[in-house]
Amino acid sequence: MVEQVPYINFAWLVPALPLLGFLITGLAYKRLKHNQAGIIASTMVVLSFLVSAALFFVLQSSGKDSATVTLFNWIVIGNMNIPFALLIDHLSLTMMLIITGVGALIHIYSIGYMHGDDRVNSFFAQMNLFTFSMLLLVMGANYLVLFIGWEGVGLCSYLLIGFWFKNPAFNYAARKAFVMNRIGDLGFILGIILLFLTFKSVTFSEVFSHAAKLQPGAPVITLITLFLLIGAVGKSAQIPLFTWLPDAMAGPTPVSALIHAATMVTAGIYMIARSSILYNLAPITLNVIIVIGLATALLAAIIGLKQNDIKKVLAYSTVSQLGYMFIALGLGAYSTAVFHVTTHAFFKALLFLGAGSVIHAMGGEQDIRKMGGLRKKMPYTYFTFLAGTLAISGIPPFSGFFSKDLILAKAYEHNILIYILALGGALITCFYMFRLLYLVFSGEQRLPGVHPHESPRVMTIPLVILSILAVFGGFLNIPSLLGGDSKFTTFLQCAVISKVPEEISRYTEIALIVISLILLIRVIIFVYWRYVKKALIPAGETETKPFFSRLVYNKFYIDEIYIALFEKHFGYLSDFFFHKIENTVLDPVVDEIGAATSRFGTMVRRLQPGNMSFYLFAMVAGILLFIVFILII
Amino acid sequence: MKEVSSAIQLIPLDNYIMLSVALFSIGLMGVLFRRNIIVVLMCLELMFNSVNLLITAFSAYHSDPSGQVFVFFIMIVAAAEVAVGLSIVVMMKRNVESVDINLLNRLRW
Repeated sequence: MVEQVPYINFAWLVPALPLLGFLITGLAYKRLKHNQAGIIASTMVVLSFLVSAALFFVLQSSGKDSATVTLFNWIVIGNMNIPFALLIDHLSLTMMLIITGVGALIHIYSIGYMHGDDRVNSFFAQMNLFTFSMLLLVMGANYLVLFIGWEGVGLCSYLLIGFWFKNPAFNYAARKAFVMNRIGDLGFILGIILLFLTFKSVTFSEVFSHAAKLQPGAPVITLITLFLLIGAVGKSAQIPLFTWLPDAMAGPTPVSALIHAATMVTAGIYMIARSSILYNLAPITLNVIIVIGLATALLAAIIGLKQNDIKKVLAYSTVSQLGYMFIALGLGAYSTAVFHVTTHAFFKALLFLGAGSVIHAMGGEQDIRKMGGLRKKMPYTYFTFLAGTLAISGIPPFSGFFSKDLILAKAYEHNILIYILALGGALITCFYMFRLLYLVFSGEQRLPGVHPHESPRVMTIPLVILSILAVFGGFLNIPSLLGGDSKFTTFLQCAVISKVPEEISRYTEIALIVISLILLIRVIIFVYWRYVKKALIPAGETETKPFFSRLVYNKFYIDEIYIALFEKHFGYLSDFFFHKIENTVLDPVVDEIGAATSRFGTMVRRLQPGNMSFYLFAMVAGILLFIVFILII
Repeated sequence: MKEVSSAIQLIPLDNYIMLSVALFSIGLMGVLFRRNIIVVLMCLELMFNSVNLLITAFSAYHSDPSGQVFVFFIMIVAAAEVAVGLSIVVMMKRNVESVDINLLNRLRW
C-alpha cells in the first residue's frame, strides 16, 4: 500500500461541485430567476477552481508525483476490475486548473452575455454539466472513466451548439458536430478494446508499465495508437474530421470560447499526451500525427484568410492552432503541446470572449465587413483583443511566442521542411488575426444605425483577467535561452514522457527567433498598409473573385465534397430504409399486430355481457367442471 | 370441551355431511337463480355456514381443535365481506332505486 498524500481524497469535490451546480440549475430551472442560475453555476466552478488549486499545493508539498483516488469499484467481472478512480498528477492538475480557471471566467462572462435569454437557466445547467464531464475526462485514472467524460463533453457540445434550436441551420451544425465526433469515438472505442485485449487492463499505470516491456514499433501498439488517434482527430478537429468546428460557432459565443477553443477540443491532445508512453513506441503513428497536424495547421490558416465572420475566423484559427499542438505531439514534445494548450486556452478564450463582446455591442452582427471603428467605442474590448492577437501571433513577450516558438524550434530539430511550413502557417495566422483586428476596430463604422457601447463590467473583468494571463502566461515556461528554467516542461516531465530531443545550439535558436520576428513584423506592416492605410474591405458575397480567392473563400469546397461523397449516399440509404423498410415492411407489421389484438378483443368481450347471474352461473359451472375433472383423474 | 365433543359425536358424521350438503345446495341455487341481491348475499352466507358446520363436525370427530379455530377466521372474513357487500347494495339502491342483480350491467363496455 502506497502512502497517500494527505487531503488528496477531497479530489472528488473538483468534478462533484459542477455536477451539483448542474443538478441545482438543471432541476430547478423553471423556478430560478434570471441571474440566479448564472451565479450558482459560476460559484460552483470558482469553488472547483479553488479546490484544484489547493490540490496543486497539496501535491507539491507532499513531494510526490501523482496520487490515485479510488471512489468505488465500478466494473467487477471475473478477474477484470475497473475502479472508478481519479488520477491526480501534474498533467491532470494542469488541465484541471485550465478548465476550472478559464471556465470560471467564461461562466462569469456568460452572466452578462446571456442576460435576457429565455433559456438562460438551461444554458448554465449545460455549461456546468460540460465542466463536470471535462473534469472527469482529465481526472480519470483509466481509459473508461476518460471515455465517460469524452462522451459527456460530446453531448454537451451538441446541446450547446444547438442551444438556439429554433434555427434549423444551428441544429444542422449541432448534428454535424455530433456525427463527426461519433466517427472519432468509434476509433477511440476500438482503441480501448484493443488496449484491453492486449494488456488486460485499462488503468493508465498498469497499461503503461506493461507497454514499457514491448518492443518499439510493435504492430499492436501502432494499431492501438492509430485507433486512439482517430478519436483525437475527431475531438480535436483535425483533417479529415475538422469541418464540424467552424460550424460549431452556431452556439452562443461563451460556448465557443469554453468548449470549442479552450477545453473540449484539447481533449484529443490531452489524451495523446496522457498516452505518451504508448505513442513513443509507435514512430509510424507519430509521423502520421505530424502530417495531419501540419496539413491541418496550414489548410485551416489559409481558409481563415478569407473568412468574413468574426467567429469563423477564430474557429479556423483554433483548428490551425490545434494543428500546431498535433505537430508538437508528433515530434514527441508532449509537454510543449500541453504548454501550447495552456497558452492557447488563455488567448483563444480571450479572443472569443472579445468577439462576443463585439457581437453583443453590434446587436448580433458577426460580419467583419460591417464593423470598424470600434476602438474608441469599446476601449477595454479593444485592448484585450489586441493582447490576444499579439499573443496568438507569437510576438514576444506575449504567451503565444513562448509556446509557438518552442514548437517551431522542435520542428527545426526534427526536419527543416516541417519548420518552414509551420513558420508559414504562423505568418498566415498573424496575417488573418491582424486583418480581423484592423477591420473590426480601426477606420470608421460601416454599419449605420447601430450604436456600439462597451459591454457591462461582468463581461469586461473576465476579459481583463484573461488578457493578463494571455500576456504573462508564457512566463510559466521561459526557455533556458532567455535565462529561464523551463518550469512548465520540468513540471510535466514526470507525467508525460517526452522523447529526448537533440539539443540545438543557442545561435541557431536565436537565429530562428530573429527570423520569425522579422517576418512577423513585415506581415503586420503589410496588413496595416492594406487594411488601415488603403482601408480595403473584403469583397461581398456576390462580387466575382479570382479563382484561388474563391476557392479559399468557399473553404476549398470541403463541405461540399463531404456532402457529395458521404452525406448524400447516407441520405439515400436512410431514404431507402424509411420508405422501403419502415413504411412498407415494419409499419404494416406492427399495425397488423395491433389491429389483430383489437379484433380478438372485440370477439372476446361478448363473454362479458355485464349480467351478474350469468357470471355466477359461469363461476359455479367452472368450479363444478373443475371438481369433476379432479375426481376423474 | 370434552363434553361438547362427545355430545357432537352422539350424532353420526353422515348426518352432518348430509345437512351441510343440503344447506350448501340451497345456498348455491339461491345464488344462481334469485335476482334480489340481498337474497343472493344471504345465500352466500348460507354456503359459508354450511362449510363451517362441516369443518366443526370433522374437527370434533378428529379431536383436533384447529378446525374450530379456523372457523372463527372464516366468520371474521365473512363478516368483512358482508360489510362490503351490503354497502354495495346500499349504493345500488340509492343510484338505481332497485336491488335487482340484473341492473348491475351499467358498467359493461
